[in-house]
Amino acid sequence: MNTSIDQEIEALVQEALAAIEKANDLSEFDQIRVQYMGKKGVLTEKLKSLGKLPPEQRPIVGQSINAAKQTIQNNLEERKNLLQQEALEKELAAEAVDVTLPGRGVKQGGLHPVTKTMQRIEELFAKIGFVVEEGPEIEDEYHNFEALNIPSHHPARAMHDTFYFCPDMLLRTQTSSVQIRVMNEQKPPLRIISPGRVYRHDWDITHTPMFHQVEGLLVDKDVSFADLKGVLYDFMQAFFEKDLDLRFRPSYFPFTEPSAEVDIQCVMCDGVGCRVCKGTGWLEVLGCGMVHPNVLNNVGINTEDYIGYAFGMGVERLAMLRYGIDDLRMFFENDLSFLQQFN
Amino acid sequence: MRISESWLREFVDIDLPTNELAEQLTMAGLEVDSIEPAAPEFTGVVVAQIVKCEQHPDADKLRVCQVNTGAEEVQIVCGAPNAREGLIAPLATIGGKLPGNFKIKKAKLRGVESFGMLCSAKELGINEDASGLMELSEDASVGVDIRDYLQLNDTIIEVDLTPNRSDCLGMTGVAREVGVVTRSSFAEKQTDAVKKEIEDQFPVEITANEQCPRYVGRVIKGVNPTAQTPIWMQEKLRRGGIRSLSPIVDITNYILLELGQPMHAFDLDKLHGCIVVRMAKDGEELELLDGQTIKLKSDSLVISDKSKACALAGVMGGQESSVTDDTKDIFLESAFFTPKAIAGKARNYGLHTDSSHRFERGVSPELQIKAIELATKLALEISGGQPGPLVVAESKDDLPKQAVIKLRRERIAKVLGIELADADIEDILTRLGMEIVAQGDGWEVTVPLFRFDVAIEEDLIEELGRVYGYNNIPRTTATSNLNIKANPEKDVPLTAIQKTLIDREYQEAITYSFVCPKTQGLITPDAEPIKLANPISSDMEVMRSTIWSGLVKAAVYNRNRQHNRVRLFETGLVFAKKDNKVEQNQSIAGIILGSRLTEQWSLKAEEVDFFDIKGDVEALLALGGSGADYQFVADKHPALHPGQSAKVMRGDQFVGWVGAIHPALAKELDLPTKTYLFELKVHLLIDGSVAKFEKLSKFPQIKRDLAIVVDEAVSADSVLKTAAVVDPEIIKEVRLFDVYRGKGIESNCKSLAISLILRHFSRTLIDDEVDKIVEQVINKLADQFGAKLR
Repeated sequence: MNTSIDQEIEALVQEALAAIEKANDLSEFDQIRVQYMGKKGVLTEKLKSLGKLPPEQRPIVGQSINAAKQTIQNNLEERKNLLQQEALEKELAAEAVDVTLPGRGVKQGGLHPVTKTMQRIEELFAKIGFVVEEGPEIEDEYHNFEALNIPSHHPARAMHDTFYFCPDMLLRTQTSSVQIRVMNEQKPPLRIISPGRVYRHDWDITHTPMFHQVEGLLVDKDVSFADLKGVLYDFMQAFFEKDLDLRFRPSYFPFTEPSAEVDIQCVMCDGVGCRVCKGTGWLEVLGCGMVHPNVLNNVGINTEDYIGYAFGMGVERLAMLRYGIDDLRMFFENDLSFLQQFN
Repeated sequence: MRISESWLREFVDIDLPTNELAEQLTMAGLEVDSIEPAAPEFTGVVVAQIVKCEQHPDADKLRVCQVNTGAEEVQIVCGAPNAREGLIAPLATIGGKLPGNFKIKKAKLRGVESFGMLCSAKELGINEDASGLMELSEDASVGVDIRDYLQLNDTIIEVDLTPNRSDCLGMTGVAREVGVVTRSSFAEKQTDAVKKEIEDQFPVEITANEQCPRYVGRVIKGVNPTAQTPIWMQEKLRRGGIRSLSPIVDITNYILLELGQPMHAFDLDKLHGCIVVRMAKDGEELELLDGQTIKLKSDSLVISDKSKACALAGVMGGQESSVTDDTKDIFLESAFFTPKAIAGKARNYGLHTDSSHRFERGVSPELQIKAIELATKLALEISGGQPGPLVVAESKDDLPKQAVIKLRRERIAKVLGIELADADIEDILTRLGMEIVAQGDGWEVTVPLFRFDVAIEEDLIEELGRVYGYNNIPRTTATSNLNIKANPEKDVPLTAIQKTLIDREYQEAITYSFVCPKTQGLITPDAEPIKLANPISSDMEVMRSTIWSGLVKAAVYNRNRQHNRVRLFETGLVFAKKDNKVEQNQSIAGIILGSRLTEQWSLKAEEVDFFDIKGDVEALLALGGSGADYQFVADKHPALHPGQSAKVMRGDQFVGWVGAIHPALAKELDLPTKTYLFELKVHLLIDGSVAKFEKLSKFPQIKRDLAIVVDEAVSADSVLKTAAVVDPEIIKEVRLFDVYRGKGIESNCKSLAISLILRHFSRTLIDDEVDKIVEQVINKLADQFGAKLR
């Protein structure tokens, strides 16, 4: 009798396990679970039928049924996990996207290469304490020329083809005019840098009537030409991120004495000689010098107490060298195809 | 300044190849611009003479010449109009090569054999003269290689002189400088005084002594008008960049090149009475050598005779008294005009001459007699004549004095940052022609008169640094007490403003500050234009009153280059005239047109509208943390669509404009009507506030939505603001989430859907009080705007 019940249970277990194995998705699986383990399931019915058995058999058969239930339950769970896993994978596969499709929303714009260059210059000098100062672009003779030791009819005025509104009002030809304004208002020590637009009446393949300059000025107790060499050397290495040789050539600016023009080793050919440096291996990039005593006197700074240096560079020139731009005129055409290259 | 190397070597004994000489000049401050041969490469060209010249039998324009090459007589067929018997000219012989690797071979021209080619100056690459054969002087020795004869194996070094170095505007000065720089010996040519042969002189009177402290003149009578300038002089002039004209003029130019002293020669017969050096009378007329007649100003110095002005002193001679092909008697002038008297004068009359260039920079006051003696000597050699005595008019008190400068050892070290040895200092100064006397802590230095640029101690220090070599000065780092400068946090950096636009896909543009008056007139018709007196072109004539003037052009430029989506911004000054004063204020402006986003696969392409650009503007206004202070007020601007434009205000301060381009302007500029613009004043954008922390409420917020119907004329902003002030303690925010017009809404009305966000700081709100507040809001909106609940 026991044996037959045992056999019956065993057969039931085998049948259930085979059915579980066959369940292909979660709904089939649910049917099977209910069929065997549900409230009216085969095994539950069997348990209920225990009451009909003689009392001494009940515990033994009960045990067998429970063991069978456990086996089936274990298999059910295992199968469920597997099916759930499969279902999830299917779902995930269905949700896959082409990750190479472009992202949504606005793209990035960008700064003009001249502004970008100007900001890099400002940042480098800011690290050694230079403060940005700006000034008006419509200037008077005093700030643009007289105070800078360029009296009227000085031949140096011919170096600056000036735009005039009236005899005393002009477009600044250099941002040095800002130096005068600052020195008139602030007391040394001074470390300023003045970036901005300047204007000269000249328009050809290498000149535009408007361009940008950055001028620097340092006035302190103890400053020398050797310091000026040091700061410009460091700046050029930092700006071009390259070991560059520099050379200082004597030159003439009315507002500095001694004056120098600075050449850097050509960044295109590393000084070997190319089209850009006209075969010389050198590129003229800035003018500099010790502030002329007349300029300091003009703003009431005692030249025995204070001494200073100044330098000025053309931003377009540096931008062209930095980014390899070969045509100056592109800067102010504002062609998006050009501008977007610097984003 | 063009320097012939062989000419230079007449004065200075240099033992250096050209390249090194050029390098040293550059490093001494005489920047070498170019180095080029005096003539291109060619070979096999000799001095030859035409001994017979006959018409070609079959060609009108050709002649058959028998030419003596020195070695033989050869037959040459030649088409030059000046080919004639006896002419001495360059001949390229068989086997020779002309510039451009042009090989000379035996040829047959219209059946007649030709054994070489007679050459023009152009064919030899010497100058542009291709009018005929190059005529050599009668004493040229036939058979000599033309390169030797013309000394063509020379180099021209072109130096870009800075305006301070007037002493190098003559070959002698350059040679002196080369001597200093290369430590080579330099010697000036000695010129003996010419003995007078006649007593004729022309009186000179100076009334403008300050402007002309010295005037030297001489009469030469009976010069040969048909004389020719010798080839050596023509060649030197050519290498110096001056065209040969006639012997007397050539001689004055030669002196200019060699000594740096400009001279002038008058036709004595055309001068009346005497020379008077005086200031011009206002309005006095003078016909110049270049043919133009100028009206003189009273600040100009003139050389005049008894009756009228004959030359603009130091600038250009007059036509009437000039030396011509018939001139037999001349009056030579060699004067010292002060730089101040000449500076800017040429430019005032639109002139710039070799003479004015030198006088305004400074011609040594020691050169005048030397120059006129050398010129007389050359004139007698070349065109003969009899010299009169030298006439010197001068005012010694007005002549420049030598500067005496105190030079301190310590100051040299302070300025240059290097201690130079006394011996080096003295050596350099002495070589520069300075007289030095050692004196305690330094020297007393007397500066030679030819150095107009050395006036103060720093000038001497520059000379020391320059000759010692800037590159021999070390590099050091300046030390300084750096203190932290205040950097107000409330100020929004311009870079942050720019970055915000960049993050919203704007590209920065830089347009010219001077713009087309017509375009700008369309945009800001009421702004008084600020006009340049000398614009570079008529469409860049006025200063921009708005950045839009440049941006609209940039947008058009891009649309013409297949960019249909444009988003540009620019920052910079804009200019306005107020009460006759110019205002220059920093402005930021933008323009957008085309699709809202770059074409993308996942979103429908939509064109930008007013609210796109307004969103960008709001982003900028929000940067300073004071976004709520700004209002958009509907208003009209001539460049903007009257129904889609707003004035941006901050309290009662005007900040700027935002709106759609006016359709009429869009049409005029060829821009789409869906073009949007903004422009804001930067100083207001920059002025923000520092954030201030507010405690967070721990209690939940409650959101109530309501839809109200109001008249079209009621602005959404006024509704939101009115709702917010009903109970500012509790109403934390009023959001607009929909605007609806159409079915179910009366025409001329719109439905606004708003959310009220309510929260009490210290307790949870109960339904009753929320209901009450909402009711208050509804009542208030009904009161104020006639709003009806939908």
